[in-house]
Amino acid sequence: MSEDGTQLDRRRFLSSAMGFGASTGLAALTPDHSLGAEQQSKPTSRLAEPTSAQLQYETGDLPAEDGRFIDNPMSDHMVDVLKSVGIEYITTNPGSAFRGLHESIINYGGNRAPELLTCLHEEICVGMGHGYAKVAGKPLAALVHGTVGLQHAAMSVYNAWCDRVPVLLLAGNHLDATHRKGWVHWNHAVQDAGALLRDCTKWDDAPASLPHFSESMVRACRVATTPPMAPVLMVVDGDMQEKPLTGTAPPIPRLALPSFPQGDAAAIDQAATLLVNAQDPLLVVGRAVRSARGMQDLIELAELLQIPVIDRRARMNFPTTHYLNQTERGRSLLLEADVILGIELVDVFGTFNRFSDVPGAHAQRAISEQAKVITLGVDGLHKANYQDFQRYASVDLEILGDGETTLRPLIEAVRARLSKAARNRAHARIAQLRELHAQAREEALEQARLGWNAQPVSIPRLCADLWQEIRHHDWALVSDTSFQGDWPFRLWDFDKHYQFIGGSGGAGMGYTAPAAIGAALAHRAHGRLAVSIQGDGDLMYVPGALWTAAHHRIPLLTVMHNNRAYHQEIMHVQRMAARRQRGIDRAHIGTVIDDPPIDYAALAASMGIWSEGPVSNPDDFLPALRRAIAVVKSGAPALIDIITQGR
Amino acid sequence: MHITLLRVWMLAAVMLTTAQSGLAHEEAPSSSSPEATAIARGRELYMALGCYACHGTVGQGAAGTAPKLAPGTLPVQALIALVRNPPSQMPPYSPKVLSDAGLRDIHTFLSSMKD
Repeated sequence: MSEDGTQLDRRRFLSSAMGFGASTGLAALTPDHSLGAEQQSKPTSRLAEPTSAQLQYETGDLPAEDGRFIDNPMSDHMVDVLKSVGIEYITTNPGSAFRGLHESIINYGGNRAPELLTCLHEEICVGMGHGYAKVAGKPLAALVHGTVGLQHAAMSVYNAWCDRVPVLLLAGNHLDATHRKGWVHWNHAVQDAGALLRDCTKWDDAPASLPHFSESMVRACRVATTPPMAPVLMVVDGDMQEKPLTGTAPPIPRLALPSFPQGDAAAIDQAATLLVNAQDPLLVVGRAVRSARGMQDLIELAELLQIPVIDRRARMNFPTTHYLNQTERGRSLLLEADVILGIELVDVFGTFNRFSDVPGAHAQRAISEQAKVITLGVDGLHKANYQDFQRYASVDLEILGDGETTLRPLIEAVRARLSKAARNRAHARIAQLRELHAQAREEALEQARLGWNAQPVSIPRLCADLWQEIRHHDWALVSDTSFQGDWPFRLWDFDKHYQFIGGSGGAGMGYTAPAAIGAALAHRAHGRLAVSIQGDGDLMYVPGALWTAAHHRIPLLTVMHNNRAYHQEIMHVQRMAARRQRGIDRAHIGTVIDDPPIDYAALAASMGIWSEGPVSNPDDFLPALRRAIAVVKSGAPALIDIITQGR
Repeated sequence: MHITLLRVWMLAAVMLTTAQSGLAHEEAPSSSSPEATAIARGRELYMALGCYACHGTVGQGAAGTAPKLAPGTLPVQALIALVRNPPSQMPPYSPKVLSDAGLRDIHTFLSSMKD
């Protein structure tokens, strides 16, 4: 519609658009649907003939004289800065607001460290960074369009924020209004880009000069990777990218990462005393471990005290094969414990209280009234709007410090306080804990047999067959397990820190595929077999992620957990219908994805991914799995669609 | 009653599974016997009313979500009592939405599941 409310004449609109295009040199590259096919086949006829000066410049050594040709764009220096801070990959969905930087990365930077990875949606760009950082231990950069790109990226930024994972967001923007070229530049420009995501980023800046860019980029990396880690945003002005750099390039500050904060020595001593003197101590871990050393230290602490461990599985913390891993007995252990140490818990209140989805029910304390609770963690990213800081929890001793970093001094403090009596008390627990651990593993195997031949395929059967095939490889699970009833943890031998990376953090759908591909990218450098159990509903938020895996040859085994539904929501609606005593046979409305059923194997194949399925007979899964693993080991992604039970 | 493709397919799947893992090892009731009729009705109700959603299509349960119902199904009166007044977070299913007779049929269906 025109401003006066009348219908804008289409021909006039197109001709004005062509005028804009011609003046910027875009017209020849943009299909014009007002032209016939024959005319479209000759797009170059509308290009102006090159001037003699242009021809000379193309073929000779003449310098650019009038700003049409630029030798030394500022975005080249930006690439130098990105290289200096060690960014290996930049995920992107192309956008004009960062065309200068884009060109510098691929030409000036040679598209190596950083290498551009093409994504089909900004949510994928950031989701890949989320998964990558949890495996690589450092961020990649996600380069997105200002305004529209940031809005597309928002959900995945929130997930990374909640999961305390560093992602370096770069957003193009045209701040100078007088330099914007037409309506789309105005629509895509923003006065304060950081405001779009400020509630879920740790820091942002919009540098006004190249030296400012250099400093802020280095600062951004430092801020993002200092615990508590989180995404940061750097707004990169479009004009600045494209301007020539005159004079010498500004210096690039050295990235000096600080040591991680360690808990206060007096508080550590106090915690050690409580733990050593406890009758029934308990260790609960959330995001406690990020390295092999961290896992080793956690095992050492647990063995020193012979303390049972409940792994809340926000990361790979404690081996499932270790007898002190008593996660399956979590509820009774919480009730019995007299001293509990929680390390990097995501939700302290929710760990020690139980919620009930019953009308009028309140949270109930899940631990003894007498239990002393110690928490160790660095989290302090409290902002007002998003409520991911969780319900306030009163604890007896709160140690502010990075969990993994504080393990060593805590071990030494415990060791120094372990009397002979305390050692004997700890030792006396071993036999029973070993027995209970073995019993839990046996019970899991027994339970896995239930519905073994069922169609749709049971989740334990899926996980058991998967384990049978991957166990001989150096494998890593790159998806969460909560929608699979944590069956992988009950059936597989997790004993390395990189074999699991937790979940989305924010429980925002569309996490799994991008994060799995990002994680697989990081695992590729180590030759590991990355495995993802992918929910069907989750994949359909960002199916284009599969194309990126195929395009960049990222080896990832995806096994669809295809229950053809948003299954959790079926259960929610059923709960409502039962309470209201009406229509309990209609919970499928609005919750199932079955008519028509989605063919995930065909979807994957359409994007160049080897695939099989749908597999409905459980006996067909293993052979398909073997074929898929062979493909992944050859360096390509593969997907098997398997029709499964809901949970 | 609207039954989607998924539900039709799941019903067929349950029938197949039952044949494979359960009744195949026993002397199956003839298709016209009262027991066979009750099993069929129970199976249909189990799927249509969404019991399968939490407890699995063959009553195997789901870790962290819902306990198994088969094999080793509770006595029918215990099952009815549990459904009316569940101790867990399962919502109560009143006679208004699920009759005792229907629950007995579901019980018969679940009891037909064998190891």
